[in-house]
Amino acid sequence: MQKKHFFISGLALLAASAVAVAGPKPAGGTVSGKVTYEGTPAKMKPIDMSKEPSCAKMYTTPPLAETVVTGAGNSLGNVVVYVSAGAPDDAAPSTAAVFTQKGCRYIPHVLAFQVNQEIKIANEDQTSHNIHPLPKLNREWNKSQPPGTPPITEKYDKNEIFAVKCNVHPWMHGNFAVLKNSHYAVTGDGGAFSLASLPPGKYTITAWHESYGEQTQDVTISGSETKTINFVFKAKPY
Amino acid sequence: MGKLLAVVLVIIALASAYPIVTNMFELPKDISTHGHAIDEQIKDTMLEAGISFVGAQLVLAFLVWSFAGRKEGSALKNFPGGAKIMVIGAFVLVGTEILALGVMGQKAWANVYFTSPAPGALQVQAQAEQFAFYFRYAGPDGQFGTIHPDKIDEGNQNYFGLDPANDVAARDDIVSGELVVPVNREVQLLMHAKDVGHSFYVRELRIQQDFVPGLDLSLHFTATQIGKYEIVCTQLCGLGHYNMKAYLNVMSQEDYDKWQKEQSTQ
Amino acid sequence: MAESSVEKAHVHAPPEGFIRKYVFSLNHKVIGKQYYGLALAAVFTGMFLSWLMRIHLVWPMLKIPGLELLTKAGAPGGIITPEYYLSLMTMHGTLMVFFVLTNAPFAAFGNYFLPIQIGAEDMAFPRFNMMSFWTTFVAWLVLMLAFFIPDGPPISGWTSYAPLSAVGRDAGPGMEYGMSLWGISIALFCIGSLLGALNFIATTLDLRAKGMTLMRMPLSTWAWFITSCIALLAFAVLLPACILLILDRHAGTSFFIPAGLVVSDRVQPHAGGSPLLWQHLFWFFGHPEVYIAILPSMGIISHVLVNSLRKPLLSHRVVIYSMMSIGFLSYMVWGHHMFLSGMNPTSALAFSFPTLTITIPATVLTLIWLGSLYGARIQINSASLFSLGFISMFVAGGVSGFFLAQPSIDIYLHATYFVVGHFHMVMGVASLFGVFAGTYFWFPKMTGRMMDETLGKLHFWITFVGTYCIFMPFHYLGLVGNVRRYQSFVDDFMAPYMGWHKFITICALITGAGQLIFLYNLIYSRFRGKPAPENPWNATSLEWTIPSPPPWNNFGGKHPVVYHDPYQYGVKGSKGDFVMQDSPEQVIASGD
Repeated sequence: MQKKHFFISGLALLAASAVAVAGPKPAGGTVSGKVTYEGTPAKMKPIDMSKEPSCAKMYTTPPLAETVVTGAGNSLGNVVVYVSAGAPDDAAPSTAAVFTQKGCRYIPHVLAFQVNQEIKIANEDQTSHNIHPLPKLNREWNKSQPPGTPPITEKYDKNEIFAVKCNVHPWMHGNFAVLKNSHYAVTGDGGAFSLASLPPGKYTITAWHESYGEQTQDVTISGSETKTINFVFKAKPY
Repeated sequence: MGKLLAVVLVIIALASAYPIVTNMFELPKDISTHGHAIDEQIKDTMLEAGISFVGAQLVLAFLVWSFAGRKEGSALKNFPGGAKIMVIGAFVLVGTEILALGVMGQKAWANVYFTSPAPGALQVQAQAEQFAFYFRYAGPDGQFGTIHPDKIDEGNQNYFGLDPANDVAARDDIVSGELVVPVNREVQLLMHAKDVGHSFYVRELRIQQDFVPGLDLSLHFTATQIGKYEIVCTQLCGLGHYNMKAYLNVMSQEDYDKWQKEQSTQ
Repeated sequence: MAESSVEKAHVHAPPEGFIRKYVFSLNHKVIGKQYYGLALAAVFTGMFLSWLMRIHLVWPMLKIPGLELLTKAGAPGGIITPEYYLSLMTMHGTLMVFFVLTNAPFAAFGNYFLPIQIGAEDMAFPRFNMMSFWTTFVAWLVLMLAFFIPDGPPISGWTSYAPLSAVGRDAGPGMEYGMSLWGISIALFCIGSLLGALNFIATTLDLRAKGMTLMRMPLSTWAWFITSCIALLAFAVLLPACILLILDRHAGTSFFIPAGLVVSDRVQPHAGGSPLLWQHLFWFFGHPEVYIAILPSMGIISHVLVNSLRKPLLSHRVVIYSMMSIGFLSYMVWGHHMFLSGMNPTSALAFSFPTLTITIPATVLTLIWLGSLYGARIQINSASLFSLGFISMFVAGGVSGFFLAQPSIDIYLHATYFVVGHFHMVMGVASLFGVFAGTYFWFPKMTGRMMDETLGKLHFWITFVGTYCIFMPFHYLGLVGNVRRYQSFVDDFMAPYMGWHKFITICALITGAGQLIFLYNLIYSRFRGKPAPENPWNATSLEWTIPSPPPWNNFGGKHPVVYHDPYQYGVKGSKGDFVMQDSPEQVIASGD
């Protein structure tokens, strides 16, 4: 008799934990796809860091500029894909987005985060950097960061995508994408993106690339399906 | 205390002269064709200045030693010759020496500024910007493309604002963060300032010249020794001024040609 | 020369009430002390800034406690950023050149003693005089305000070259409001100085007592007079230059900015201007300015030296003519700051020759000072020690000029620490020695109390030895190409020289601390010093014929009469070994 009780409660426990582990079923659909280019992209040149030997020596061969990052099958990296219309604004998450200066480059090249989300800018190099984001709508500032000093924390209160440069090292360029909601992705060199947890509705998806501009597509989610959209940018040889 | 002052003056004079006399601070080796005249000028001037400085301190020390703390009632004397001999001394001794230095030094200045670059000099354009130097070579077509300030895109390493899409001459221009030159070949540096004032200084080349926004200035020099030398900015240009530098890379003619070919294929 | 309408106009009633007596005073003595107080505040601020700079150069990661409270952007976590170093450097230079070296030897002592030394009751234009001080004071407030705004002071140096100073905020931190505050401050300073210079000139020409011919004026008065003539022309050029700069920054003009500049990724909306124009305007002022800084000190130490020698200088007239020549030549040499600026290389030679020629009157002066020591009975006290120290320092600082005056050598030494060593020795030390000499000499007259001699001598020794230790090595570092205005020496060739920089920093901290002894002495003696007699130094000029401190109208309503030159020392047959300038006693006709 007791064995049967144990067995059933054990099963129940297992079922309950399975549900607990699996969690509530994801609400909403997913928009995913790939960003590619057509035409011939400009050849990326190796970055000349000779003026900063402490960074130059970190590379066996000089790294390439990251303005256009491509992958197999004409895929395009560093594209910010986000929901520009149709979704409500989201509160900023409590974790900070991290932007690192290392080897006299910005890692990642494109940092996407939300309005009022804290960003942490770290300097892991032996040299001073002076980070200078160049927004048009947000407040413009620049800050020096000597080596070994604690990270700089900042936030932006308006959604905008803009360039970031280093005042001391002219080749250092990156981008900040300050977005209104949590539905965004930055493509890797495989060009793939996936925006999940979208409640039913009509959405405008924007793909932004620093050289090739912006494109939008509309998509409608009715339940929890996955819709595929792709973006194709026209590459420029220069 | 007067005697103490005299002693301290002597110590100061000798201590100040010591690092110079013992060559503790030697000028870096001269790798230029025109620098020798400048170094000679510096040596001659150092001799004049050194004698004047040490001499004056020792004379002051001697006078203070002799005439300070004298008893009340000691006789007052006047320097023989009075003011007249001082004026004559200043004009004749110092005036002629100093002006002679100026006359002699003229030649060293003329070597740099009053001579034109030779017709076959290698033309390199140097751009100074906050906070780096970039150098541009004309490439195989021998022509420099046009600069368009509004097309500058540093993230893409288009520091000069070239427009290769529309400007054929710009397509093969070589842009480098290092000033690479062949040894023993005259180089004409065409100087362009992108934003504010900067200056080009290579100690070993004995050369220095400001980049002035809006002015087409140029320098010419010949480097006589292979090696890497620092180019530093010497005109306050903003927060990164201290870190604004590049390297002058003097190579053999063959290495230079190899480098040019490599750069062209990138 | 006697009862002219000008003389009547400057006479004013005795001051009444606290504000009229001590704040908005028309009295040249109060104004002189106000300038001195302003210079004191500026010099200790400037010195503190130099400490921060020197510490940062050798210990860049040092967290300086409390600095973060003053400026969060400039010193996050107490560590000075590259731009803040440049801000400190800009403010150091601006405070020291304008608010210390123009104020102290010239405006402060000149205001106090020029009228007295010529036998006048006050300056020719007492209201202008009051305005000139308060304009200068407001200029100082405007400048200091730059420390307290979020972006901080400007980073373009005291020379503010365009276009860095002209394009506005794109040029860097502090270049928006900080730079504008600088421009306004200096423009105001120019106005204050112009008013002061006018006053000095009018007073000297019109208000001399009976018998006080120009040649019978003391050397300090001559120096102030010549300096005022220089200042009148020099500041008259800097003022419009600052206005043009402000217009370029705020009114869209392009006096100094050419077309096509791309600063901070933005094409600047200007065209047609010339950066060289700023340099010419600035240095046309800037070179005479450095003579404005040194000439009054030359006059003061000559005045103090004669007294300590107990015999006249070899020639009163030759000293005057030499100072005049320096003043005249100072206007012909400004291009030696611009040898490598891109101006016509022939003009470099044209500027080089008058620059070398200035050596001649400077040498005449030095030889006269030295020659006058021969056969003297030198009295050693704090004031005379600083006068003798001045001679040593003036030679030390002056001979490095032999190098910099030659354009060919300037190719190598321009913008290195050699230049920094040169101008610190002549301006930062020699000129300041004149101020110290004047202070120790005239403090009894100004306050009725003596300064402490032991502290004064201690102050001299620390300062004399200390400043040699700081600034002589600057020349050596310049010889190996140590570039100036760098917040950190990252170049490969600098590594072996950091030990010297540490030595300099330590000497600077000690020497700076020694100046606190001077400050203490000033304050202590003001309240507790030994009471001073009317003539504690047995000196001869008119200031020593009146009480210590002098009454509000200097000569008590009397008009002094002067019978001979001001330096009748060592006169045989006189009572004591000197004859006062207002004494009709027969003296040796010195002819001078």
